[in-house]
Amino acid sequence: MDSVISNKQTTEKMKMMRSGLAAGVPITLGYFPIAITYGVLASQSGISLLELTAMSILVYAGAAQFMGTNMFAIGAGGIEIVFATFVLNFRHFVMSLSFANRTKGITNSWKLPLSLGLTDESFSVASLHTEKAKQEHSSYFYGALMIAAYASWIIGSFIGGVLGDVIPSSLSQSMGIALYAMFIALLIPSVKNEVKYGFIALIAMICNYVFTYYVALAEGWAIVCSTLLASFIGMMIMRRSEGK
Amino acid sequence: MMMIIIGMALVTIVPRFIPVFIVDRIQFPEWINQWLNVIPYAALGALIFPGVLTVIPERPWIGFVGGLVAVLLAIFRVQTILIVAIASGVIFLLA
Repeated sequence: MDSVISNKQTTEKMKMMRSGLAAGVPITLGYFPIAITYGVLASQSGISLLELTAMSILVYAGAAQFMGTNMFAIGAGGIEIVFATFVLNFRHFVMSLSFANRTKGITNSWKLPLSLGLTDESFSVASLHTEKAKQEHSSYFYGALMIAAYASWIIGSFIGGVLGDVIPSSLSQSMGIALYAMFIALLIPSVKNEVKYGFIALIAMICNYVFTYYVALAEGWAIVCSTLLASFIGMMIMRRSEGK
Repeated sequence: MMMIIIGMALVTIVPRFIPVFIVDRIQFPEWINQWLNVIPYAALGALIFPGVLTVIPERPWIGFVGGLVAVLLAIFRVQTILIVAIASGVIFLLA
């Protein structure tokens, strides 16, 4: 009897893992060319294959890695790079807070490793599947999703590092759009479902434009401030229209 | 370089896991929950623009066109990997 129950448990977990992998496919496929781009650019900035792969394993934050290698290439100091990374990645604090808040049913021993797998993309996709958080074994769903994305990022970086010597710089420069194309591909489907999310994104874009070019905030702070401000404005408008 | 990478890793990891310990200790009022729930959309918006204009730093319109192509493809539910590939192709042709 016990083994029947535990078998059922195992298949339930497998099911959640499989649907996690399925939800992760767009990120896994999307990460791959971006990771290759990162690897190519990093190796062309003079970072060794070991170092650029280690950065993907340890830092695992696309935008920060692009910025870090770029700063390294123009001769910025180590403290500057680390501080800029902190500023740029501080948005993950806000995302992690939002994710932890939505997945209250998951224990901390699971949430801790999951929080380390949070990136802009895995957070967006995980947030679009909040109905899973209420189901049993939801940690397996999120775990599979994040491990697939993580593996794709590391393998892609390594391949990009190897290709760095053969790809001409005119081609690698145009690959710089990859990250933005991916963000757009993540945003548009939710806007098609709920136009109000598009408004919130638009407010964030305007805020970020103003913060970047008129207030002259550093890129990272501009992103953090516009994210907080635009989502706050969006929340206020949504509450107003609900009559609260 | 390795020290820089470890430094980058630390300042990235700590903000990621701290919220796990905070959230269970505090019961947020509803408006904060609603605020946190719309953050993904605001974050994506801020990450896209105006950063997309800096793909070819000296000619911002090229990044803009590339982004517009990506938006159109996404509206027609094209696969993410194809959106990334086609947008890169557009930039390559324009640059």
